[in-house]
Amino acid sequence: MAYVLKERHPDLPPPRSEVGVLGWLRRNLFSTWYNTLFTLVTAYLLWLALPPFFEWAVLHAHYAGEGRQACAGGGACWVFIGDRLPQFFYGFYPAAERWRVDLGFALFVPLIAYLHLPRVRFKLWVGAFTLFVYPVIAYYLFAGGVFGLPAVPTSQWGGLMLTLILAFTGIVGALPLGVLLALGRRSSLPVLRSVSVAFIELWRGVPLITVLFMSSVLLPLFLPTGVEIDKLLRALIAIALFQAAYIAEVVRGGLQAIPKGQFEAAQALGLTYPQSMALVIMPQALKIAIPGIIVTFIELFKDTSLVVIIGLMDLLGITQAALNDPKWLGFAAEGYLFAGLIYWIFCFGLSRYGLYLERRFHTGHRR
Amino acid sequence: MKIIKILAASAAIASLSMAANAHAGKTLDAVKAKGYVQCGVNTGLPGFSSVNSQGKWTGLDVDVCRAIAAAVFGDASKVHYTPLTAKERFTALQSGEIDVLSRNTTWTMTRDTSLGLSFTGVNYYDGQGFLVKKSLGVNSAKQLNGATFCIQAGTTTELNLADYMRSHHMKYQAVTFDTSDATAKAFDNGRCDVLTSDQSQLYALRTQLKNPASAVVLPEVISKEPLGPVVRSNDIEWFNLVKWVGFAMKNAEWLGVTSKNVAEMKKSSNPNIQRLLGVSGDFGKMIGVSNDWAYNIVAQVGNYGESFERNVGMDSPLKIKRGLNALWTQGGIQYAPPIR
Repeated sequence: MAYVLKERHPDLPPPRSEVGVLGWLRRNLFSTWYNTLFTLVTAYLLWLALPPFFEWAVLHAHYAGEGRQACAGGGACWVFIGDRLPQFFYGFYPAAERWRVDLGFALFVPLIAYLHLPRVRFKLWVGAFTLFVYPVIAYYLFAGGVFGLPAVPTSQWGGLMLTLILAFTGIVGALPLGVLLALGRRSSLPVLRSVSVAFIELWRGVPLITVLFMSSVLLPLFLPTGVEIDKLLRALIAIALFQAAYIAEVVRGGLQAIPKGQFEAAQALGLTYPQSMALVIMPQALKIAIPGIIVTFIELFKDTSLVVIIGLMDLLGITQAALNDPKWLGFAAEGYLFAGLIYWIFCFGLSRYGLYLERRFHTGHRR
Repeated sequence: MKIIKILAASAAIASLSMAANAHAGKTLDAVKAKGYVQCGVNTGLPGFSSVNSQGKWTGLDVDVCRAIAAAVFGDASKVHYTPLTAKERFTALQSGEIDVLSRNTTWTMTRDTSLGLSFTGVNYYDGQGFLVKKSLGVNSAKQLNGATFCIQAGTTTELNLADYMRSHHMKYQAVTFDTSDATAKAFDNGRCDVLTSDQSQLYALRTQLKNPASAVVLPEVISKEPLGPVVRSNDIEWFNLVKWVGFAMKNAEWLGVTSKNVAEMKKSSNPNIQRLLGVSGDFGKMIGVSNDWAYNIVAQVGNYGESFERNVGMDSPLKIKRGLNALWTQGGIQYAPPIR
């Protein structure tokens, strides 16, 4: 009998409308009537906005030349950005000494890269070096005044360099302090707990802009004459303390997600409190807290631009200063677009890095 | 017990703040010892203080700092700049972070009397003015009845306008924007008939218009904004030095001494010039510096007129007319007491 099929019939290809570009469009953009409507409206808006922007930013833009005369037409004036590029990166750091900044940041790259290699030796030592010794080296490299390096006062630091310093110090200072505060808040010792709670609630209760104002406007009045704390240092301390409070709450969230059995198991094994925290609880809690921590760091990176209001020339500050050069008035759009792009690159990088960390520490019980 | 503790704490704070005010007469010595003048300037105001692409500060306010350095050290470049925002400027001066504040600061009675600070003079007479399109055919602010005004957010500007319009019985409409760029764009696109702001600002905004020649600044100035350098009140010696640095620049312009001819002028027989340039008399000694102090100022920074034209006047993109800031001999009100 020939009508009994002996072999399995080969799978038919999926319908043309379900695969390839067409299928993707159908699934993602035109799946329902309201999605179709949104797609069409968005496409129309993009069509309105993008071509003029492209024309302004690319086609009619001015890329080369001297001074603002080179930007006579209507397009974007990237000559202005080019003219200011070193300043956007280094602020007022003397041109002859800029190699020190480059070197400082170049030192950081291999350290971070080493920490990301799986299963290498001395990781703990390299990590400790990055956290505690590297900042000191970088400080003396940037500030100078030792080993025959000419001193560069912090008032000359600026641009992207300053933004990175603020963000790095904020992160390095806030993370350990935040972890300690989170542990303190969950501690059974009443004094420790209430001090931690008071610290966290105080700093979370005031906006960063207020903290910066306090550090820059009120603090100098309370200090006796002759005692002068560097303006940058004041801002750094303010940012680190402020972020520590936020990190503490994020880490506490991670701690609360750890089942009680883990604490009890650690105790049953005879581990001391520091041991059980370092070996059992924290690795799990921090893993859970990664998305929250990364969000806090991205916020911190963007919040560093608030130092503009205390006259520090970070990337945004230096952009605004450049916009007020009488020779280059009226190129605000270009300046802000460029600064925005740099901020975006770093924040996007941080966000991808967070995703990478999540994948790497993924141990099978994803919630 | 508690009360005693609180009293002790407040006594400690009080003694600290007294210590903060107890360094009279020492600013010049401290400046000479550290080798530079620490000068508070604006973080960026076109023509008054801004950084060029080489990272050098320039502007009318910056020239005050450079002139002080030229007088003290004979070298106008011995200045360290502290860019300051409007909110922190007085604290920076009070706490001793800076030696002199030269940051387009309006001289008012409150500031002069209640902050422990003193204004040493006026280096720019500013005031709120009006920018209108030429095509409107208006040549006086009195003809602005019923006009629409673009205003940059900032309450004094709005209040001054309201006062002025009310006292002249005119109606108006105000459109407010939060940045100067947005204000200029709106004016450019015909969102309003008139743009009002401080005059120095108006000229900077005008350069950003598509066709700067199509707009004019009206002659009326409706508010007083005398801008000048500020120092701590407790150091009369330093106050005198900063004050006379400003006077020297104006006297130099009055006497026709410029950065180009200052070397020849040293041979002049005019006793006023001789006293100014330190050929005769001991005038530098009176303010604690060398007798060629004014010579150094004029040679390295220029006289007041040169500084004005270079930074905000006809040699700059702003093209601000001298107006009130011309010398008293040329119809303005910039006047300096004689050096004798």
